Amino acid sequence: MSEQFELSKLIFGRLSWESIPLHDPILLATFIVVVIGGGALVGALTYYKVWGYLWREWITSIDHKRIGVMYMILGIVMLLRGFADAIMMRIHQAMAFGDATGYLPPHHYDQIFTAHGVIMIFFVAMPFVVGLMNYIVPLQIGARDVAFPFLNNLSFWMTAAGAGLVMASLFIGEFAKSGWLAYPPLTGILQSPGVGVDYYIWSLQIAGVGTLLSGINFVVTIVKMRAPGMTMMKMPVFVWTALCTNILIVAAFPVLTAVMTLLSLDRYLGMNFFTNDLGGNAMMYVNLIWIWGHPEVYILILPIFGVFSEIVSTYSGKRLFGYSSMVYATLVITILSYLVWLHHFFTMGSGATVNSFFGITTMIISIPTGAKIFNWLFTMYRGRIVFDVPMLWTVGFMITFVVGGMTGVLLAVPPADFVLHNSLFLIAHFHNVIIGGVVFGTFAAITYWYPKVTGYKLDPFWGKASFWCWFIGFYLAFMPLYLLGFMGVTRRMSHFDDPSIQIWFQIALGGAVLIGIGIACFLIQLYVSYKKRDSLRDETGDPWNGRTLEWSTSSPPPQYNFAFTPRVYDNDAWWQMKANGFVRPSTGFMPIHMPKNTAAGIVVAGISAVFGFAMIWHMWLLGGLSFAALLIAIIVHTFNYKRDYYIPVEEVEKVEAEFEAKRNEVLA
Amino acid sequence: MSHSTALPAAPDSFDFLVREEHHVANGTLLGFWLYLMSDCLIFAALFATYSVLSQSYAGGPTGAELFDLPLVALNTSFLLFSSITYGFAMLQMQQGKLKGTMIWLAITGIFGAAFLGLELFEFYHLIHEGATPQRSAYWSAFFTLVGTHGLHVTFGIIWLITLLVQLRKHGLTVPNRRRLFCLSMFWHFLDVVWIGVFTIVYLMGSMS
Repeated sequence: MSEQFELSKLIFGRLSWESIPLHDPILLATFIVVVIGGGALVGALTYYKVWGYLWREWITSIDHKRIGVMYMILGIVMLLRGFADAIMMRIHQAMAFGDATGYLPPHHYDQIFTAHGVIMIFFVAMPFVVGLMNYIVPLQIGARDVAFPFLNNLSFWMTAAGAGLVMASLFIGEFAKSGWLAYPPLTGILQSPGVGVDYYIWSLQIAGVGTLLSGINFVVTIVKMRAPGMTMMKMPVFVWTALCTNILIVAAFPVLTAVMTLLSLDRYLGMNFFTNDLGGNAMMYVNLIWIWGHPEVYILILPIFGVFSEIVSTYSGKRLFGYSSMVYATLVITILSYLVWLHHFFTMGSGATVNSFFGITTMIISIPTGAKIFNWLFTMYRGRIVFDVPMLWTVGFMITFVVGGMTGVLLAVPPADFVLHNSLFLIAHFHNVIIGGVVFGTFAAITYWYPKVTGYKLDPFWGKASFWCWFIGFYLAFMPLYLLGFMGVTRRMSHFDDPSIQIWFQIALGGAVLIGIGIACFLIQLYVSYKKRDSLRDETGDPWNGRTLEWSTSSPPPQYNFAFTPRVYDNDAWWQMKANGFVRPSTGFMPIHMPKNTAAGIVVAGISAVFGFAMIWHMWLLGGLSFAALLIAIIVHTFNYKRDYYIPVEEVEKVEAEFEAKRNEVLA
Repeated sequence: MSHSTALPAAPDSFDFLVREEHHVANGTLLGFWLYLMSDCLIFAALFATYSVLSQSYAGGPTGAELFDLPLVALNTSFLLFSSITYGFAMLQMQQGKLKGTMIWLAITGIFGAAFLGLELFEFYHLIHEGATPQRSAYWSAFFTLVGTHGLHVTFGIIWLITLLVQLRKHGLTVPNRRRLFCLSMFWHFLDVVWIGVFTIVYLMGSMS
């Protein structure tokens, strides 16, 4: 009997039927919806026989453009999940006053705010930013793909595997109840014995490997694969910001890996890094995680600064004002982002000298950032501004981000921070910069580059509707939180006693609903634009009169991006080519050397997800087997030496001739 | 790398294109170097953690009481010798000698395995004396730092064996030479990290 018990422990670990939250009506209803929706999707895919196509053209694809699109889809899907968490919190907080306890039990509420933060940063913002870089960077530097196309595919699937684990926690077990950075000793094994923190650890570890590999990949791509003539100071600003971001990824993510490993060692092997006794030091965790965490926020925002630089100069019909100051500002931010991590916990008590050092470095960051804002304004000054949707997002960003930046400088003053630390003022501040920066920038970028990706523009009406809902919704949702923060309301509360502040939470709920409508408008925009795609079609490859090389190819670009590698003389390479009456050659094509698709990425990532799941549930047998399988899969992949092929010249000729014919038809 | 040239006075369309196949420099070595630097940061975090916890014995045994310096010195020499033998393997590779490359690689692997064996023996001895990873924050940090290095050596040996098989199968082809270079960087990197471990953990630990 006991042997049988041991065996089932070995196989199933902590997993049992009790781990499935059938008793929770909210989760059960969500689960049913997911099963029906997922079943319908799988059914439709099978009915239309697209599984083979998806496998060959997307899942195993190592084309940076396809991978970029998959990152964006992952980001949009996870945005819906993250937003669902947000609106649930807002509804709960608007209700839970006095005798009313709201509709979420505290342990559920705690999981929701943790999942919201984790998902929005790691599985929404990161996929958006990495997806944009994936699609655009190789095109802007005139390359055929990234330096390591297979690793790129693997990176995506590792990120998706991490996201999958977070989603699994919804229906199997629970998620962490600790807040998005999982501070010990709360996340130690004594205080959090459940699987929640383990889901957190393993999803971040697996996704983190993907992010690190993608960081290395892009640094090498940008350093080694630029078109001839494109010296560093001739790179488009987006490429510069992507380079700095990826350097930050390579320099920051290893610290996250290390600190997650230490936390796991505490939890799994009973070590004492962050425990309360036997010499552990929990503040060490807080330091280490912010050494990753602060660069992380610049990892997210820098490429978005690049996006706005591209958009402002395109829609103002002008060269970007202050190119080199933009580059140096980016570099200064990159370096300074490493010298400010302690401002996240001035209240640790490290003394006046340490706090003033980190306070001052934090305030200094606002100088290069301010320089960027002025550069964008001066680019617009006396330009012929076209107020298309991307420009709306850009102006909305400039206003909102400045407000968020100034409240950030306020928080950088240690005495003020002692009052505002962990208050809703802080929550309002970072949503102000992340929504006003990263989210607005992502929507601007999606609208701007959508015709490049799909061959047709997005419908402007629904884009404008989405923008205004997001813009007004943001202010309604977060300005009340600034006020509440000043009144001393702390974050992560699931119940309030003082009814006089309820009104502010109700206003904030209204804002969140408006943001929800904004997201709905965006989805409707995708659908409507697809329906009207014939009238929105872009056959020229250059719908906005663009300036950089991605606009010199067709929309969507051919698999090989450029039939001939461009030669660059100027920052605005494509603009200069157009100014000099560039005509595409119709002869002289060559066969093109390309990397081959491979299933190794999804196999390795899939096994990693199984390994993570096994470790979360203490299924030691499955854990051991999947780890061995992981090693074997990687070794087998290294025995594959035939990784490339040539696209025959006839095919290149055919693709190029078709593009030229359609283009001439439109231009005629 | 790219060369900047001035735009011709009256450029025609072909001035903006590379007419022949454009060969991009291979980025594997740079990429692998970047990976090593990221790995270096993992070790930096572990070294920092070790330093912070270097006095946190919680009433348990200290490093100075338990370290067997002659044993560690022998172990260090194994690893340093393995770096030298890897160097010999690379010299053989440069001369295009497959067999010599493989022999020196195998010797490197044996030194690596000997290093691991001694390290495991040392761990066994420490745990036997009551210095378990759970005993205090100090020993948690010690086993994690030294153990992470040991894990790297383990994966290095697995890689080395894989590469031996691939060398036998395909010989000194361009991809295989590149892989030998990458493993070489990895192996010497582990050597450098070990010098840090030996100095900070063992020498400074024995003095305090």
